[in-house]
Amino acid sequence: MPGTPSIQRPTQHQFNPYSDNGGTILAIAGADFSIIAGDTRQSEGYNIQTRYAPKVFRLTDRAVLAVNGFAADGNMFVKKVKQRLEWYRHAHAKDMPLRAIARLIQTMLYAQRFFPYYVYNILGGIEEDGSGAVYSFDPVGSYERETCRAAGAAQSLVQPFLDNQVYFKNQVPPPGRAHPTHLPLRDVLDIVIDAFTSATERHIEVGDGLEMYIVLAKGRTLQGVEAAQEISARTDGERVFVLRRDLKKD
Amino acid sequence: MFRNTYDSDNTVFSPQGRLHQVEYSLEAVKQGSAAVGLRSKTHAVILGLKRSTGELASYQQKMYRIDDHVGIAIAGLTSDARVLSNFMRQQAMGSKMVFNRPVPVNRLVSAIADKAQVNTQEYGRRPYGVGFLVIGHDHTGPHLYEFSPSGTSFEYYAMSIGARSQSAKTYLEKHYEKFVDCDLTDLIRHGLHALRETLQQDKELTINNTSIGIIGPAASSEAPGSGESFRILEGEPISGFLQSMLPKEEAMGFAPAPAAPAAAPASDQDVQMSE
Amino acid sequence: MDHFPTNWGRPRNDAFDAYNTYPFHVRPDNGPRDAFADNVQRTQQPIVTGTSVLALKYKDGIMMAADCLASYGSLARFKDIQRLHEVGKFTVIGASGDMSDYQYLQTTLDELLISEEITAADGHSLGPVEIHEYLSRLMYGRRSRLNPLWNSILVGGVKDGKSFLAYVDLLGTTYSSSTLATGYGAYIAQPLLRKAVEGREMDIDENEARKIMTDCLRVLFYRDARSLNKYQIATVTDSGVAISPSMELGTQWGFAEGIRGYGAQTQ
Repeated sequence: MPGTPSIQRPTQHQFNPYSDNGGTILAIAGADFSIIAGDTRQSEGYNIQTRYAPKVFRLTDRAVLAVNGFAADGNMFVKKVKQRLEWYRHAHAKDMPLRAIARLIQTMLYAQRFFPYYVYNILGGIEEDGSGAVYSFDPVGSYERETCRAAGAAQSLVQPFLDNQVYFKNQVPPPGRAHPTHLPLRDVLDIVIDAFTSATERHIEVGDGLEMYIVLAKGRTLQGVEAAQEISARTDGERVFVLRRDLKKD
Repeated sequence: MFRNTYDSDNTVFSPQGRLHQVEYSLEAVKQGSAAVGLRSKTHAVILGLKRSTGELASYQQKMYRIDDHVGIAIAGLTSDARVLSNFMRQQAMGSKMVFNRPVPVNRLVSAIADKAQVNTQEYGRRPYGVGFLVIGHDHTGPHLYEFSPSGTSFEYYAMSIGARSQSAKTYLEKHYEKFVDCDLTDLIRHGLHALRETLQQDKELTINNTSIGIIGPAASSEAPGSGESFRILEGEPISGFLQSMLPKEEAMGFAPAPAAPAAAPASDQDVQMSE
Repeated sequence: MDHFPTNWGRPRNDAFDAYNTYPFHVRPDNGPRDAFADNVQRTQQPIVTGTSVLALKYKDGIMMAADCLASYGSLARFKDIQRLHEVGKFTVIGASGDMSDYQYLQTTLDELLISEEITAADGHSLGPVEIHEYLSRLMYGRRSRLNPLWNSILVGGVKDGKSFLAYVDLLGTTYSSSTLATGYGAYIAQPLLRKAVEGREMDIDENEARKIMTDCLRVLFYRDARSLNKYQIATVTDSGVAISPSMELGTQWGFAEGIRGYGAQTQ
C-alpha cells in the first residue's frame, strides 16, 4: 500500500549452517562397467583443509556413491545411506539393487527438502541386468539415469569435455561409420584422468589426489588395468576396484 | 500345568523368594529347539537345530546376523527374538554412527539383559520368552555369551540352550578344555557332536535341519571370499561338516551317561506339577 | 492464544492504520522482536574466544599446542586458561572459538568418559578416533538444530600404535591431516607446518617437533593480535598423554628500534 511506512525488523547476524568444500566428482558408465571418480582435496575458501578426504564411497559390491558439496552433510548422508542399506541386508539377506538405491537416495534427499543436504550425488554401478549405470542427483532429490555426469566445483569445466568425448557432441563420425555407443574401460579411464588433470590445472579447488572406483559386471575382468586394488566383499559377483593417482598439489 | 499362588504377575515374590513368571519364561526357552555355542582362540561358532512344523512347512530360522561382528542363535519365542535382535541391530548401528566403532560384544549383551530385567520388575509386563547364544568378535578376541530372559548374561567357553540342551552340555563339559586350540573345522565338529546329543531318538542332523553360524577366518572348505565376519552356513555347504562327524560312542569317548533331569528343589512348596 | 508478552509485538501504530483496516500483508509485523522473543537464545557469535590451535604428527605420535589467552573481543581478558584437554588415556583435544562452549564440551566429554571407562570398565576404552567421531556427531547435531557450539576443535591421540589427528568445527566439518591449525593459524602456521612436516612425519623426533611448534607459535604471536606469548604443548605417544605447564615464548623485539616511518618515531 503506497504511503505505508515499511516497518522492518532489526537485521540479525544469522548463523549459516552451510559451507562449500570444493572438489569435483564424475562418473561414466560403460556397457558392463562403471567408473566413479573424485579428487581428494577438501577446501574452504582459499584454504586447503586437507589433501586427502575421500568423496567416493563403496556402498555395495555393485554400487558406489560420490558426494560433493558441503562435506559435513556429505559424510552424514553417506553414513545414513549405509545404515539404510544395512537394514535392507538384515531384512532381505542380500544387497539392494542399484536402481533401488537410486530411488532410496531420492527419498532421503527429498525428506530434507526444507533443510537440504547441500550435496550433489552421483551414484554409479551395475544394474540387475548387468549394464553399467550412472545416476545423478540434485541436492533435493531430482534424479535421472545417464551415461556420464560431472558435478562439483569444476563441473562447468569437465561436463563439456565429457559431452564431447563420451557423447561425441560436435564430432562428426568418419563417413560411413557411426560413433560407438559404449566406450571400452581403458578409454574411459583415460578420459577420467584427463578430465581431472585438466580441472586441476584450471580450478583452484581441484587437486591433490584422484580416486577412481571401477565397478565390473559379473564375470567381467579388469583386462589390462593393473594396480587397481580390489575392495569387493565377494569375488563371485560384481566386483569393485579402486585406483589412486596423484594430482598436482599447488 | 503349574498351579501356583504367586505367579499371576511378576512383581510379587513368592514366600520362597522366587518370581514364578520369570521362571516360567525360562521354561519357554526350554521349549525351543536346541542351540549350541563354543569358541576357540580364533573362532566362535553357534549351531542350531531347526524345526519344521511338518512335511509341508519350511524350517524355522534359528540364527540372526546382528552386525559384521555379531550373530545370535535363539531358543524360544521367535517373535520375541525378532524384537530383541532388532534392538541389538539398532545398538550396533548406533555405535557405528556415534563412535565409528563396532559395538563391544559384552555391552551389546548387557544392553538386552538390562532390557529383559525391566520386564521382570515392572507391573503389567511379561518377561521375554526367548534365550540367545551370542557370538561376537571385538578387539579382545572372539566371545560367546548366553542371554536369558531372567535378565542375566554370562560369558562361556561353550554353552547350550533349548530343548534337551542338558545332553549337549554334558558333551561340552567333557570336552571344553580342548576347544581353545581347535581349528574351525574341529570346533564345528565338536559343536555338531554336542548338538546331536539333543536329538530325539529317531532323528539325525541333516543339511536341512542344521544351521551353523561362524565368526573368524574362513575354513578351507568354505566358499572363497567368505571373510572373517559373521556368516550363516545352511544347506549344501554344511554337508562336509556333517560327514566329518564321528559315531556317537567314539565322539563321546565314554559311554554316554543318561542325561539327568534337572531335579526340582526339595523345598519347592508352592510349585506343584499336575497333568 | 500466545501468553508470552514478548511475542505480542508492538501495539498497533496509530500513526497509520488508525482503524485497523489495512489488509494483513501490510500491517506492522508482530513477529518476534529480538533474540529473546522466542524465549531461547542461541549462540549467534562467540563471546570469550581462544585463538589458534596447532597440531602435527611426528615419529612418536602427535603434538598439539595452544596459547593461554581467552579474549573478550580485543581485550586480553583471561591470560592463564587451558585450551588443551586430556580425554581418557589416549586423546588430547584443543579448541579455538567460544570458551564457554568449549568448557561445556569438556564437561560433556568427561561425563561420557565416566560412563564409558569407569562404569563399564570392560577394557573397551575410547581412543582418539572414537572421541573425534563423537564430537563430530555432537557438533553436526548442534549445527543442524541451528544452535551450534562455536568452536574449531583439534583431536589428536595414539591408540594401539596408531596415531590420529583430525579437525571438527561448528558446522560439523571434519578432516584429517598430518598437520592441522585452526583459526588464524590456518593462514599463518599451516603453510609453515606443512613445509616442515608433510612427507617426513616419521623422521621428526620430539625435539624437532617442539622446535617446529614453538617457531609457529612465535610467528603467530608476532602476527595475531589475539594471541599471547604464554602457551602449552601436549604430546600423545605410546606412553600416554602429557600436557606441559604453561610456558613463556622467547621473543625478540629489538628490531622495533630500527623501524622508522610510523608509530612514535617522527623521523
